[in-house]
Amino acid sequence: MEEFEPRIIAFLCHWCTYTGADLAGTTRQQYPPNIRIIHMMCSGAVDTIYILKALIDGADGVLIGGCHPGDCHYQTGNYKARRRVAILKEILDQVGFTEDRVWLRWISASEGKVFADTVTQMVEELKKMGPNPMKKLWLA
Amino acid sequence: MSKSAMLEVKKNDPIGTLRDFSRDLLEKKVVDALLIPKKLPSGDGYCQTLIRNPEMLVDVNPLAPTLPVQSARLISHLTIMDPGCKVGAVLKSCEIRAVIELVKFLQVKLDRLILIGVDCLGTYEPSDYAKMSREKGKGSSVTGNLLKGAREGKIKPQDGYDLRLACQICEYPNPQKAAIIIGLFGHNPQKEIYVELRDGLAGELAEKGILATTEKGSSSRDSVIERLMEERLKRRDEVFDAFRSRVQNLQDLMDALSTCIRCHNCMVACPICYCKECVFKTPTFEHKADQFLRWADRKGGVRMPTDTLLFHLIRLSHMVTSCIGCGLCDSACPNDLPVATLFRTVGQKVQGLLDYTPGRSVDEEPPVATFKEDELQGESGTT
Repeated sequence: MEEFEPRIIAFLCHWCTYTGADLAGTTRQQYPPNIRIIHMMCSGAVDTIYILKALIDGADGVLIGGCHPGDCHYQTGNYKARRRVAILKEILDQVGFTEDRVWLRWISASEGKVFADTVTQMVEELKKMGPNPMKKLWLA
Repeated sequence: MSKSAMLEVKKNDPIGTLRDFSRDLLEKKVVDALLIPKKLPSGDGYCQTLIRNPEMLVDVNPLAPTLPVQSARLISHLTIMDPGCKVGAVLKSCEIRAVIELVKFLQVKLDRLILIGVDCLGTYEPSDYAKMSREKGKGSSVTGNLLKGAREGKIKPQDGYDLRLACQICEYPNPQKAAIIIGLFGHNPQKEIYVELRDGLAGELAEKGILATTEKGSSSRDSVIERLMEERLKRRDEVFDAFRSRVQNLQDLMDALSTCIRCHNCMVACPICYCKECVFKTPTFEHKADQFLRWADRKGGVRMPTDTLLFHLIRLSHMVTSCIGCGLCDSACPNDLPVATLFRTVGQKVQGLLDYTPGRSVDEEPPVATFKEDELQGESGTT
């Protein structure tokens, strides 16, 4: 049987993590190609609806990348993203979706290596978890 | 500081006495308009009525044991633009707590609003109330029967009927924040009704000869409320535990939501869902045929209408932090989904996570609009 290849949807902030991902590319960091990046202006602009839509439509993991605390280009977007993700994860936990498929990470524009490592690690973890059960939910 | 008084009940008729009290408030211009539950001519229930002419106070019942709509929404319409006069509103605790949440979302202004909170004995579904009133004929009093339990805090619904589940598990039988509080618990409602006044209203009411107050509170009321709370909390925890053991995984959740027809009634009834244009009503969710077919392709087939799980989870994530537990989503659901229980159970954990109690104070920012720098540090994988 073919090895399960997780699919990750990533929402990356323009000023830090997206630029960090760019740096990973220009510095030829190697990381698995399981990630589909969506370019956001700020992690604070990621509504929970984007995360849930991705999960329900069958993404195996969702990565939200923002600037380190204190570094947000818009001052506080990343703090708000953190609350939003915490609320969403608590909700998912309460309704029985306990797998850790939503990752929030602070990755700066200079951390190309951290970006590559994060993606590598996330792919490994998701492989252990197996496919997202929502993928099969025709009733959803 | 609040002041209190005992309103003497005339002719063993607490509703009539409160009606007279309301008339005084309106006639002596403590309020220029009064929003208050008034009996429908059919006798089938009550509707909130905005009254200017005191003669219209016939058949009003501040203690009406139904909650057909959430008055917080009505208050929003009445106050979002300056009404130009003082509006009084007779509300139950859950409605006041919803008002407080809507203040924080800039949907209600308190400047001209005089909140009149009543001790709530619980409410029946409007359809149950209609049945009861028809069974017993026009002379009987559904409210009166509930009132019998006020003194001891042992509220017995009419035989063969239940109070709404949200009321059975409500931790706030008494209004916390109101300019005027009408207290029923701990006293014999055939004899006396406890009234508490805030915001300098005590002086105004004394001056106008409506009610003279003292500093004294009501210890019997406090202890009855405490006892009632114990009972409610026990029932609440049972309901929460039952829901948690029913919903342990994704499949259980889908089973609980399986009969949802996506009518959006829960959202329409919800006082906290105030957005003028909900994302679920926008073109974002007017999918094209090829989109539906792609989903069907991917999963082999897809339930129509789509986005059921997304709808409930998004509603949770947008407003569960502010859910005050009025349970009107339950009443609005045509298929008896446990929406309110879902919101209350999840809400308990999420509100606890952020140390937030919706409806507690207008000075607290709603969790989704604020943050703390040093909180939730584990969320970003840095523990």
